[in-house]
Amino acid sequence: MKTRLQKEAGKDSLLINMGPSHPAMHGTIRIMLELDGERILNSEVEVGYLHRGFEKTCEHKTYFNLLPYTDRMNYVSPLINNLGYVMTMEKMLGVEVPEKAQYIRVIMSELSRISDHLTCIAAMAMECGAFTVLLYKMKAREFIWDVFEQTTGARMTTSYIRIGGVKSDLQPDYEDVLNKAIVETRKVLKDIHGLLDKNKIFLDRTRDIAVVTPETAINYGWTGPCLRSTGVYYDLRKSFPYLVYNQMDFEVPLGERGDNFDRYMVRMKEMEQSLRIIEQAMKKIPKSATQTMANVMEPAEAIKASREKKVEKRIKLSPNLEGSEQDKYQDIFTKNKKMVVPPKEDTYTSIEGLISHFKFFMHEHGIRPPKGDVYFAVEGGNGELGYYIVSDGKDKPYRLHVRAPCFHVMAALEEMIHGHYIADVIPTFGSVNMIGGEMDR
Amino acid sequence: MEKKEIIKELKQAFPEKIKNVSSELGDDTVIIDKDFLLDLIQFLRKKPHEYTMLLDLTCVDYLGQEPRFEMVYLLLSLAGKHRLKVKISLPEKDPSIQSLASTWKNANWLEREVYDMFGIRFIGHPDLRRLFMYDGFEGHPLRKDYPLRKSQPRIQLKKIK
Repeated sequence: MKTRLQKEAGKDSLLINMGPSHPAMHGTIRIMLELDGERILNSEVEVGYLHRGFEKTCEHKTYFNLLPYTDRMNYVSPLINNLGYVMTMEKMLGVEVPEKAQYIRVIMSELSRISDHLTCIAAMAMECGAFTVLLYKMKAREFIWDVFEQTTGARMTTSYIRIGGVKSDLQPDYEDVLNKAIVETRKVLKDIHGLLDKNKIFLDRTRDIAVVTPETAINYGWTGPCLRSTGVYYDLRKSFPYLVYNQMDFEVPLGERGDNFDRYMVRMKEMEQSLRIIEQAMKKIPKSATQTMANVMEPAEAIKASREKKVEKRIKLSPNLEGSEQDKYQDIFTKNKKMVVPPKEDTYTSIEGLISHFKFFMHEHGIRPPKGDVYFAVEGGNGELGYYIVSDGKDKPYRLHVRAPCFHVMAALEEMIHGHYIADVIPTFGSVNMIGGEMDR
Repeated sequence: MEKKEIIKELKQAFPEKIKNVSSELGDDTVIIDKDFLLDLIQFLRKKPHEYTMLLDLTCVDYLGQEPRFEMVYLLLSLAGKHRLKVKISLPEKDPSIQSLASTWKNANWLEREVYDMFGIRFIGHPDLRRLFMYDGFEGHPLRKDYPLRKSQPRIQLKKIK
């Protein structure tokens, strides 16, 4: 079957494919170009190479079990994806989250945003030939991922933010690791500003290339840094504040021209604001309840003792569960016990705990929101990341739809590269940060 | 614009056209007939409402119920900082609706996705093809009667002469 471009192309023009696998482009996407020399007369974007049936799969998973799938949508900021899904569920269930967990969520989602922007600019600059920028940015990202690793136990696919709270409390020495990440990221940002801001080659390839007017951006449903680069003020953290963002002092950087350079600059400035938010959150975060480390029992011992009488002593858990001990639950999870996995100490040693554990995971039990539909969105790395969930009162979503921010941005790519040179496709594509997993779902 | 007013105002302006309204969990929703979609959109896009952005467009398949499909449009007013959900039911026999591709440019891809996944036809769409699935794929995967693990034969590679 002929593509639209093949049908419409003029007789003398040259048709070429960029992608779905192209060395200068990240992500699997096919851009078909109609060329006159090196100038793009017309183009067609074909997506869907990473379509994994996310929405269909979710209809067959319970609300608790589908959380790890959300990690795999935008794989450079998985925590924001978790947050979007979880907060939609909390809106549906009417669950209140303790203050400490809210601060942890803010810190984690801002770190994810930085990691997202770092990756975007790193890839963009590398494809323009600035390999040093990529290496510097990857270095900064490593320090950020150290924080993730320490807190969540994983670097990329974290599944850390859970319905009703977060999986575990921050480690006692998290401040050192986090401070180190902030210092290193600031250093790298300063270096990158020095390397790129007045770099003639970078400016030539980004200034006034792929200019998007505010009207076009709004018409395409753009959100996030791409919309803000055109000068439109819309940030969900300010317009529809969630978590504790209304207590934070931060600015929303805007661009002026809406070209590739502005999209780069807005992302760079947003990272600085995110670092500011993290520093404020670190100061304001409530301290955890002190835990008693005396009288720790091995699980086997505790199970044996529980057959005779209720175990009062603290039970030593597996290192995987560090930070989610029973006495931490009040800080990190909602009071509504039906919404969260019961503490392991209870499951091991009491019949009520065991029953509630089974009730949570058993088929057709567990989290069952009331009938209805709900939409909620958070500010993701690329823009408004929204979840639309329809519930029929059972333990699985009847329909789950994700509003992927880069879907709308990519829909505009044809118009953005129209009339430019082939070489301009690369920085343009880099500056909009297309994430295949999120767009194709 | 105050948040709850838009629903009231719409009800006053079009008492016959608006079938139902709700604001469950704070999501303001308007349920209308499909003939009224374009008029409502034109009304909402103008001042003072300025719902200038189409945030999302999707469909839900209620298999076994009539009408079977429900289109969901999510509009955003940047000036009023408000989202509005518009729902339209479509019958199983003729799942078709007017396209919004001439009003919003991102509706082009969004409608292609819904056509691909649910088989809803959009009247007036400039280029209604599958978006995520390939040409030659049979059926619409997000319909409830499409089995989760159904597999389809691989497409043949083209022979190069």
